[in-house]
Formats: sequence, C-alpha cells, structure tokens
Amino acid sequence: MPELILPARLQGIEQVRSFRAPARLDYQFTAGLATTRFLRAVAEKRLVGQRCPKCQKVYVPPRGACPTDGVPTEEEVELAHSGTVTTFCVVNVQFYGQVMELPYVSALILLDGSDIPIMHLIQEVPYDQVHMGMRVEAVWVPDDELGPTLESIKYFRPNGEPDADWETYKDNV
Amino acid sequence: MAEPDVLVAPSTIEYPFRRTTGPVIGAFLTALREGFLVGIKSSDGKVIVPPVEYDPYTADALTEIVEVGDAGEVTAWSWVAEPLDGQPLDRPFAFALIKLDGADTAMLHVVDTGGDPAAIATGMRVRARWKPPRPVGASEEDDATGAHRVGSILDIECFVPEGEN
Ligand SMILES: [Zn+2]
Repeated sequence: MPELILPARLQGIEQVRSFRAPARLDYQFTAGLATTRFLRAVAEKRLVGQRCPKCQKVYVPPRGACPTDGVPTEEEVELAHSGTVTTFCVVNVQFYGQVMELPYVSALILLDGSDIPIMHLIQEVPYDQVHMGMRVEAVWVPDDELGPTLESIKYFRPNGEPDADWETYKDNV
Repeated sequence: MAEPDVLVAPSTIEYPFRRTTGPVIGAFLTALREGFLVGIKSSDGKVIVPPVEYDPYTADALTEIVEVGDAGEVTAWSWVAEPLDGQPLDRPFAFALIKLDGADTAMLHVVDTGGDPAAIATGMRVRARWKPPRPVGASEEDDATGAHRVGSILDIECFVPEGEN
C-alpha cells in the first residue's frame, strides 16, 4: 500500500488503529414442548429423553422429533445420572463472560440409556486425567436450588467405574 | 387452540468486538478524535468523505488525506419519530446525508432539530456538535462511557441547524 499523505494536524500524533464495535442481541428463548418437559423433569432431579419409534434412538435433551426419521418421539425414557465421556476439551483460554477457573474441562457425556451426548463440565479430577471412555456421574445442586435448567447439574465427576468399552460409544465421537 | 405451556427465558448474546481500521479509516477516526474532519482525494481530484482506500471508478489506491469543514448541506434525510435503543439520539431526529464544505460526497450522520420534523429540509445548512476532547490519561472504561471523543463517528454528537451552536 502506498504511503498516505496526511494533513499537518494529523502528523506526529498517535493514530487511531481500532475502535470498539460491540454487538448485543436480547431475545427470548422458547424451549418448545419436548424440551420444556425435559427441563421440568430436571427441576425434579430427573433426566428424561425421548425414543424414536423407528430407529429406537433416545434423544436428550429431546426436541420432539427424530432428525433422521422425521417422526415424533413420543415415548419418554428415564435416563441414568451416569454416563461416558465421548470427547472433551481442556479450556486454557480466558474469554469474555467466562466464569470458570482455568484450565477446566468441558466434555460430551453419553448418558447411559441415551444415544446422543450432552455437553457439561468435568470436575473433581485433574484436567489432564480426563479421557475418552471415562465413566462419570452427575453432581446436582442442593434440592432447594433445583430449577428447569441444566445448571441444576453442577458438573460431572468420575464415578470410579472402569472405562467404558470403545464399542459402547464409538457411534458418538 | 390454547397457547402451549412451554418454558420461555430471556437470553442475551453479546460480542465485545474491536475492529481494526487500516490507515485510511484510522486517519478519519484520528481526525474525529482531534475534533475535525478529513476526506481523501480521488483520482479525478474530488474529495470523498469519509475517505475510502480505493477510487470508486478507477480502483486506484488513494493516498492524499485532506481536511474538510465541519459544516455542510443536507442533501437527503429521513425522520425518525421513535428512536430505538442504540441509535445516536434518544429523541426524535433525522438521519441525513450531509455534504460537508470542501467535500464532493455526502456523509451519513444525524441532525437534531430539537424534535421538530418541520425544521429539517433538503438544502439546509448544518454544523457538527462535537463531544468534549478526550481527557489526558482517560482509561478504556472512561472511553466506553461515550462522554468524550475517542476516535469514533459518534465523536460528533449530531449536526444541528447552522447558527444554533
Ligand atoms: Zn429415528
């Protein structure tokens, strides 16, 4: 790029090189019928998925339909509070709005009895010991703090069981 | 059919972007911070405000930043009767294209007529109302308040009918 010719008043002073351009969107999230049922169950300390009548897959949180078969998923399935880490991420970078102490682990957890993993935190274990196939269990907030939100689960922690067989979660990585 | 009984929650998505300017827009914003306006000379000698990096007709890289006036003429306008959150003024105002003295193109800004839609017209003269200069030692938090000039198009609070400030 050729050199700019600046008027005298702009010479020898600190140039502006960037500017703030924050973007913000306030909106309403509507959970829909299926996810509302899921969240109300969470407020009762229960995890409830929905099974597809065609492929038999159990979705959690349910959205009310199977994305593969396009049919309503009406059968509700009570799920265990334990599961298997399928994949995970060690977060080392501070970002805007983040409240966790670094480093921490965010993982996809395949709850026993379900066919799609949910994302949650893994705690009570050094971050560098988290691994694929690790068996974990949900740690809930105290009963009087339960609400219709996944924050009702504080995090997952190792439950002491031996690692899950690759075969049991290979379809979810 | 009755309204479905579903959960609804307020949500906010927010990005604290900071954009880099490049040298040409950087010069424009630096001038705003210093309390004056600049454009750039196009290949045929016309003055484009705000400055652009390349000539709109020949695509030549442009290099000559020149000062223009902080008053000019309204060439087009649109009245905003009910300002929205985040717009430059919280009372009725006009978005206007303003051809500054010494410029050959018009620049978008706002005109404050004290809320009177009858007080704006194409061809009328308007002048910039500037925010105060940036205090020495101002922090980034101070800059974010919008109380003083920082190198932003909003360093000009608005334009007002000439003779009013
Ligand atoms: Zn299915």
